[in-house]
Amino acid sequence: MKSALLELSYLIGSVTFIVGLKMMGNPKSARKGNLLGAAGMTLAILGTIFLFEKKTEDGAIVADHVVPGIIYALIFGAIILGTIVGWLTAKKVQMTKMPELVSMFNGMGGACAALIGLMEYQHNLHHTGALATIIAGMVIGTVSFSGSIIAYLKLNGTMKQPIRLPQYNIINTIVMAGVVLFGAWVVMTAPSMTFLYLLFAVAIVYGILFTVPIGGADMPVVISLLNSFTGLAAAFGGFLYDNKIMLTGGILVGSAGTLLTLVMCKAMNRPLSNVIFGAFGGGDAAAGSSSVSGSIKDINVSDTAVLMNYSKKVVIVPGYGLAVAQAQHVIHELETILEERGVQVKYAIHPVAGRMPGHMNVLLAESNVSYDKLVEMEDINPEFSSTDVVLVVGANDVVNPAAHNDPSSPIYGMPILDVENASHIIVNKRSMNAGYAGIENELFFNPKTSMLFGDAKDVLTKLVAEIKSL
Amino acid sequence: MESILNLISEHREMIYFVLLSVFVGIEVIGGVPTVLHTPLMSGANAIHGVVIVGAIYVMLNVDPTDYLALALGFLAVLLGTLNVVGGFVVTDRMLEMFKKK
Repeated sequence: MKSALLELSYLIGSVTFIVGLKMMGNPKSARKGNLLGAAGMTLAILGTIFLFEKKTEDGAIVADHVVPGIIYALIFGAIILGTIVGWLTAKKVQMTKMPELVSMFNGMGGACAALIGLMEYQHNLHHTGALATIIAGMVIGTVSFSGSIIAYLKLNGTMKQPIRLPQYNIINTIVMAGVVLFGAWVVMTAPSMTFLYLLFAVAIVYGILFTVPIGGADMPVVISLLNSFTGLAAAFGGFLYDNKIMLTGGILVGSAGTLLTLVMCKAMNRPLSNVIFGAFGGGDAAAGSSSVSGSIKDINVSDTAVLMNYSKKVVIVPGYGLAVAQAQHVIHELETILEERGVQVKYAIHPVAGRMPGHMNVLLAESNVSYDKLVEMEDINPEFSSTDVVLVVGANDVVNPAAHNDPSSPIYGMPILDVENASHIIVNKRSMNAGYAGIENELFFNPKTSMLFGDAKDVLTKLVAEIKSL
Repeated sequence: MESILNLISEHREMIYFVLLSVFVGIEVIGGVPTVLHTPLMSGANAIHGVVIVGAIYVMLNVDPTDYLALALGFLAVLLGTLNVVGGFVVTDRMLEMFKKK
């Protein structure tokens, strides 16, 4: 009876995951979809605890088995502690810090899968099949864990430059082959725990080596990939226990995450192999296009205010600089006041603006910018020729014309926002530093471009005040 | 060759299950607008937190005198909970912003 109920709770849980994820694909139902998934997860967790039945090695149920109180105490203690910490962290984090938080939570899931492997190993020494799933789940979970921690450090700025050992691609490939062979050897020979810990350590090292050479701009792709790794690790747990909800949840995330990774790569027009093995954001690749020169033109706040106030149509291009300066509220203020003056205002959203696809949408939605004012790249590009003023705030690589006309540039081929077609381009930047890809931007030297230097929040606040006084 | 065929026929149901789940995963993500990629990644991140079910299951089977296993199990459940709770809450916060004004 209990086990039938447990299966039922897993079935319901699996359905909520699938339906919930599907609902998350539409802005209107997305929030409900997420809550549905959370409800299914709660059901599955409660079912696992309260409908537990001890089984012998051949699967027979042990009657009258009582789980010791200390175990329940530890389980509930961990769940309560985890809920409080997880809830508070997620509630308190600033919108700009979302990407690294997702990475951190992903790492926690990977570590959880790895620990399950460490604990189950000794109980399955005589089943090669079980051992194979344990080792696979543990290794993948561990790589996901250490990789996610590195991604976290990169996104929050602790680890700024990509670290590349000489011949890092070869070293990484050798270490990866080493992990796979070592894992296979452990499965075949079932050695002592010492070797399992050693494998665990090597997998941690591989996760680090895998992530450190990749530049910060590519971190979203890496997080998405590591996300699907953790899904896979969960699925291996499902194989081990013949647990259907771990299987559906894990495989669902594994395949959906892989597809999402590829979609993101496509948005940047770079193959996944190039993200993982290619140099980006420094090193040799960036050297190709540093020959941009010419004079740049400054503009002050009051001229900008006049220019925008008497325009018919203004398009704002937000980038990570907007997020860093926390200028999402004041930019909405700018939009409102311009609309009051009869200026049409739109936002041009590049698929990889910010640090994650959709990062800008989330950020601007936070400050109540209407959803239909955010226009995606394909739809806004034809509109630039009829635009009077483009205001680029803290974006760089996504408006770099080198993507169109410099084959030696590392971003060559990436679709960009064609802001050059507008009558005036105003670029707000803190300094002339290069963008995340570490390359010069010839847009700044375009005769139609004026540079409005300063912190985005300061400059925009002054701009709003200036327009109000006109 | 025969052993591979045997393996396939023995695990027939499982193989169907895995294949169909893979397709469901692909189908569910297909055609999602770029604006929802971040919340979707975050939501998927919360869902793989289902690994906590495995952690709880291990824990329920632990020998209560094996302190190392108890400690590892506690840690696993804790990390799994962080993944699940943090994942869903952060996704909810992102999606809260998409609500109709």
